[in-house]
Amino acid sequence: MQSHADVAKLGLANFWIAFITFALAALLGLYQVLERSGMIPQLESVELYFGSVSSHGVIMGFVLTTFFIMGFGYWSAGTSLKMPVWNKRLAWFGFFLTLLGTAMAAVMLFTGQASVLYTFYPPLKASPIFYIGAALLVVGSWVWVLEMIMMMHKWKQANPGQPVPLIMFGTTANAILWFFTSLGVASEDLFQLIPWSLGWIETIDVGLARTLFSWTLHAIVYFWLIPAYLAMYTLLPRLAGGKLFSDEMARISFIMLLVFSVPIGFHHLYVDPMQADGWKFLHMIGTFMVAVPTLFTGFTVIASMEVAGRMRGGKGLFGWIKTINWDDPLVLAGGLSLLMLTVGGWGGLVNASYSMDVMVHNTQWITGHFHLIFAGTSVIMYFALAYHIWPKMTGRPLVSKSLAKAQLWLWFIGMLVLTLPWHVMGLLGQPRRISVAPYGNEVAKSWIPYEMAMVVGGVILTVSALMLIVILFGTHLRRATLEDREMAYAEPVEPVLRLPALLNGFGFWAAVITVYLIASYGYPILQFFLMDTHGTFPWSI
Amino acid sequence: MHIDATEKKWIYLTFLLTFAGMGVLAAYAVMDNIHPPSNVETVDSAALHLSKEFNEDALGVKREADGSIRVTMVAARYGFFPQKLVVPVDTPVTIRIASADVLHGIHTVQSNFNTMVVPGYVSEVNTTFQKTGVFPMFCNEYCGLGHDFMWARLSVVPKEKFKL
Repeated sequence: MQSHADVAKLGLANFWIAFITFALAALLGLYQVLERSGMIPQLESVELYFGSVSSHGVIMGFVLTTFFIMGFGYWSAGTSLKMPVWNKRLAWFGFFLTLLGTAMAAVMLFTGQASVLYTFYPPLKASPIFYIGAALLVVGSWVWVLEMIMMMHKWKQANPGQPVPLIMFGTTANAILWFFTSLGVASEDLFQLIPWSLGWIETIDVGLARTLFSWTLHAIVYFWLIPAYLAMYTLLPRLAGGKLFSDEMARISFIMLLVFSVPIGFHHLYVDPMQADGWKFLHMIGTFMVAVPTLFTGFTVIASMEVAGRMRGGKGLFGWIKTINWDDPLVLAGGLSLLMLTVGGWGGLVNASYSMDVMVHNTQWITGHFHLIFAGTSVIMYFALAYHIWPKMTGRPLVSKSLAKAQLWLWFIGMLVLTLPWHVMGLLGQPRRISVAPYGNEVAKSWIPYEMAMVVGGVILTVSALMLIVILFGTHLRRATLEDREMAYAEPVEPVLRLPALLNGFGFWAAVITVYLIASYGYPILQFFLMDTHGTFPWSI
Repeated sequence: MHIDATEKKWIYLTFLLTFAGMGVLAAYAVMDNIHPPSNVETVDSAALHLSKEFNEDALGVKREADGSIRVTMVAARYGFFPQKLVVPVDTPVTIRIASADVLHGIHTVQSNFNTMVVPGYVSEVNTTFQKTGVFPMFCNEYCGLGHDFMWARLSVVPKEKFKL
């Protein structure tokens, strides 16, 4: 228990920032669906709407995720390696640096001085303080990356030849993935946006800025998703009542996710004029490769659930589904998460397709897709992880398991009611990022029933988000104490005694990613320095 | 290393599915010549009014010598110029657009016309409109607070009714 004390503090600090900002962003989401529906004319305001969308996107995409993942990483490292945090002062410094960056960005967002959406969109210019805040947020998170790498390294030194615990292996894979993927947005921010917004350089090459952002834009989704997969691999099988189907396949999947997901951002640029179609085609091939570890994960997790169901007496082709321990919130969330991943993943194949993408690019379909994958698949697992870990961190039992399960169900239902109509509206031509639809034609009229469904989904999700906060506060304020504060990770069906070095470390794989990144992004970035380009002056929103 | 027999089958199936998906898309790209707009062509967005191709008089719909249609447009906050376009159905159309200011995007419902319009670059789309009617063309990329109000109208008319 002694070694858990400092990771519990660090973990809780990160988790609180993650979930409080999440609740705020969820309320902004409610405002956005109401504003867009046009039902309450008093709410109509483009200034507020785009300020709100920018804040919602930055908080959900950068703040909730980064803080949650850092907290979960420290907790997983401490509890699986049974080690104190390496260089505790540095870890806290990283936390406060990330927080400072977040606060700077938040002030600019909430005062309408950074309504450039989560993807920044130069040549629209936000306050330099926003861009500097974003840079500090990323740099602060790199401290966590270093912490994870060092903790795994120290453990391996102390335990030569031993397999690194699976949860730590996946966490370190995610840390390395985040480092590589955040280099794109960090370069855009440091070399283009900050000097340009301060007036040190006059113009910005928007083509280059978009290319650099695309570097970050896809793998960031796997940075968000890996904690969900980690929970499914390392916690869910035991809580469901069984064992992990294959430890080795889990490791192979994490390595594939790491290597395949970083150098493939061009499907976000499919309809951008400044990149050639040959590069887009090559990135399409790379993008499809990520389906491989995703399908492996689906198989291993569902097979583990079947092992659990059968160990608990389930019989027949589907009988095992009933006997799984669905009473546990994390197991329930895992099932719901996989369902959303299945639906969202099929949509993703359309977006990733070289020729089909134009049917949906920049339409409301895309918004539906990423809400289903991120806010659905990933974030529902963040909730369930909080329910699982919070009591162990604080020593106070969860305030109500049934309330927690109801919250997860509501999130699932709300997310489907919100995102399925969005997919349809996208096919009906609705562009994304609009606050009103003043087009007055048959096309715009056909969207109305789906917009109503969207409002219902938004209300359900807000109720669920507020329930989460009530449960977490309620747990934190309890007087009762929890005896068992140990984390118990799932055992594999076949125990892993020895592993090849390639499945127990990342040195080789980091070299592979570097080569792959240079191959896939080298020329597409270099071309901007070889062509005769015209930069763009800053524009206000 | 331990890999279960069922797992092995799933691994083969996964690769088969993935490569089949890539193969279908590659076949469409090569056989039907379907490619996203990708002409990599620069332009000075701050001086469109002085350019030969994108000055105000040059915008609009023209017929090329080979019978195909050429559309030249400018996207600028908060409209597309010209705002009304008429093109013939089932005829190859080349649309070229440049932005005079910030980032924009444009797509038309019931077609595969969809492109980003990036300042500093010319977007070119080759398509054929297959349905007659009046279709909205929406700005689909956030370009500032008036973004919602940025759209144009495309009329696709029968070939015999098309006049320049």
